[in-house]
Amino acid sequence: MSITAEGFHAQEAVHAHGHAGLGKFIGTYVFSRDHKIIGIQFLFSTLLWFLIGGLLALGVRWQLAWPWSNDMPLVSKMFFAHTGGQISPEFYTMMFTMHATVMIFFVIIPILAGAFGNYLIPLMIGADDMAFPTLNMLSYWFMWPSFLCIIASFFVHGGAAAAGWTSYPTLAALQEASPGGHMGQTLWLLGVTFAGVASMLGSVNYMTTIIQMRAPGMTMFRLPLTIWAMFITAVLQAFALPVLTAAGFMQLLDRSVGTGFFLPDGATANNAPYATGGGQPLLWQHLFWFYSHPAVYIMILPAMGMVSDIIACFARKPIFGYKPMVYSIAGIAGLGFVVWGHHMFISGMNPYLGMTFMVATIMIALPSAIKVFNWLGTLWGGKIQFTTAMLFAVSFVSMFIIGGLSGIFMAATPIDIFIHDTYFIVAHFHYVLFAGTAMGVFGSIYFWFPKMFGRTMNEFWGKVHFLLTFMFLNGVFFPMHILGVVGFPRRLADPYQYETFHHLLGMNRFITYCAIGMVCSQSIFAINFIYSIFFGPVAGRNPWHANSLEWCCPSPPGHGNFDFQPIVYRGPYEYGSPEVQTDYYPQHQPPPEGAAPATERYMDG
Amino acid sequence: MGKFWSFVFFLVPVLGVGLFVVAMNFHSLPLLNHWFPEDVSASGHVIDQLFMTILVLTGVVFVATEVCLAFFLWRYDAKANRDPVRYMHGSHTLEVVWTVLPAATLFFIAIYQMNAWADAKIRQPKDAGVIVEVRGRQFEWRFRYPGPDGKFNTPDDIHWDTDLHVPVDEEVLVHLKSEDVLHSFFLPNMRVKQDAVPGMMIPVWFRPTKIGSWDLVCAELCGWGHYKMRGRITVQSRADFDAWLVEIANKQHATQADATATADAAKPAK
Repeated sequence: MSITAEGFHAQEAVHAHGHAGLGKFIGTYVFSRDHKIIGIQFLFSTLLWFLIGGLLALGVRWQLAWPWSNDMPLVSKMFFAHTGGQISPEFYTMMFTMHATVMIFFVIIPILAGAFGNYLIPLMIGADDMAFPTLNMLSYWFMWPSFLCIIASFFVHGGAAAAGWTSYPTLAALQEASPGGHMGQTLWLLGVTFAGVASMLGSVNYMTTIIQMRAPGMTMFRLPLTIWAMFITAVLQAFALPVLTAAGFMQLLDRSVGTGFFLPDGATANNAPYATGGGQPLLWQHLFWFYSHPAVYIMILPAMGMVSDIIACFARKPIFGYKPMVYSIAGIAGLGFVVWGHHMFISGMNPYLGMTFMVATIMIALPSAIKVFNWLGTLWGGKIQFTTAMLFAVSFVSMFIIGGLSGIFMAATPIDIFIHDTYFIVAHFHYVLFAGTAMGVFGSIYFWFPKMFGRTMNEFWGKVHFLLTFMFLNGVFFPMHILGVVGFPRRLADPYQYETFHHLLGMNRFITYCAIGMVCSQSIFAINFIYSIFFGPVAGRNPWHANSLEWCCPSPPGHGNFDFQPIVYRGPYEYGSPEVQTDYYPQHQPPPEGAAPATERYMDG
Repeated sequence: MGKFWSFVFFLVPVLGVGLFVVAMNFHSLPLLNHWFPEDVSASGHVIDQLFMTILVLTGVVFVATEVCLAFFLWRYDAKANRDPVRYMHGSHTLEVVWTVLPAATLFFIAIYQMNAWADAKIRQPKDAGVIVEVRGRQFEWRFRYPGPDGKFNTPDDIHWDTDLHVPVDEEVLVHLKSEDVLHSFFLPNMRVKQDAVPGMMIPVWFRPTKIGSWDLVCAELCGWGHYKMRGRITVQSRADFDAWLVEIANKQHATQADATATADAAKPAK
């Protein structure tokens, strides 16, 4: 982590914690209790995994564009020399399983909650650190057993898990059902459980910190929407995660000692001996989605919060409808607990139950719609600055509209009968998670980079990165809707064997070309990111003229964050306020002498 | 640059709607047959029409919001916009309007689906012309007809694999089972999909309306060979179907008789 250190050397010299040399380095940057270092540790780890997950996706795309070709870059020569370079179907299955696993458990969740949650929560609420710094450190270090399990699983007999990231029994629970079903699947379960523990420790910490450690004057309704989103996400995690952890242990027991929670009588595969049974495969699906559907909101709400802050800042205008924004986050989280069954409409679950889940699921589009309207309202009548961060934030809104609307199709149960497990679904969740969350995360990196490293990223190359990513991502994911309408199924190593899908090869090649372009354009980001840490122009405390508290401390902030005690006088979105000459009015800036006390305006705490 | 970026965002609804319109209406290269596969069932059109209804509704919202977004970016570009910032924190009226209107629309959409769902998954037909047991196993489909006595698990059951034969214009009732892991019984041309779950028997029904042969797809990941779990469905006239059943029943009895004879011969004489 030494490269994050630049700005800290001076601080550390002052603090002079006693240790010297390597010992000090390890204490400060490796086993650190400082929320900022932990946040940056999460950021670097997740960006590395982002690369791995992206390469796995390219492997999947390569097979779909050139099925059974003998020249898949790297892979063919390294792993399949004995078959003349042609990959095996179990390798394909493993690639998409691990792509999803890595992207969900090692990228999206930890980059939002772990990296940005850790970095921003104490700064934005005006605290000197988290409530439980040691627990916070533990939350990062619990990611490492998880990383090791997943890395190791690639090298064990039979390879990594290949039962889909949903790990449905009986395929996942029977040792003999798949080649990766031996050690690989067990390591997968352990890895996910460790990642879950890490999230759990984080969420307890976030909730406590936000409730207990706000600066004087920082009422709940003066919190930036980023913090509201992080808070509600933490609540979601705290309530949903134990269910996944329990389910994970149950599947682990099914696999290792034959408990049979998820195995019916006589369950077998591949001529293995019958399992004792007494269980139900659908039970796993209920437990898994009871966590993993709220997890979808864990994967988008923080991005929504951060995007709201970026849009208000660069529209130079207060956020439109602050309280409706908060209530709609809470609404999404609340409804998010009663919609898990929409993943199971055709699973064999009671069809009457399907109706209940359909109504709940369709209604969850409402708070999402309210959020979109309020973002549009924020842009309306502003003075929009087209910075890279703003472009990514606006693209989040534009893309989330697509991802949100396509969700209505699969919430409608009769339509889901046809499009379930097709590329329509793949298009939908990539519009939410990549075109939505990942674009929001890119925007947030460009936005908070000056605070994290004291320097700004290059705007020109940032915009080139934005334009290429935006074009390519639509080239990748939009045509998938059309594939889905034809019924093109997910997770098939060679869908072209079917007469119905034989003619779709052309469109799949187009998608693969775009995917290669998209992954390559991320090198612009990587270079810009690393170069700017060392050589970017030095940013002051508040390069964007933003209002929230993190911008009033040094960039990067030293140990303890603030060099004065911030006192909060107003909400975080007072851009263009008539009370001051500047077009921004920071939360900590005292009102001018003799000014009337700030009136409590509509929707502003 | 504000103009350029608003144009980029304006392209989203233009190209998005464009692709759907072309795929839907112009059945020519390079988007030949890039829309719903041919519907050969009595109730498939219900799903297609519901899809189109929602496509139109969401399409209107999509175009309206995306155009708004692009317009705002163009109109309120800080470089060109001379008007002062509208310093406001929201509008109660607007919030109510854009809460109530979508809520009503969404609730309508939800209620509107119920009947089609009930027909597809709840109201099991009483007048099934043929009952067939379909079993998924790694990585093939197996079929069993009850035979002349109309009952399963009797000696006259007729077994077959890979190719599901059904009569045209009659309600087909499938008893869906799995022998090992999850599979999914997907007939794209009938708009039918149902997971097969080990330990459960799940009823599935549809009424084919056209004689011919179509794909039977496994749509739930079932292991490394998932991609090759291909089946077909052959829809025949009633007469052809009956003749086919008799033919394979006879074949089966012949092999069974052979097997019995061989087994008898192999037994030591008492």
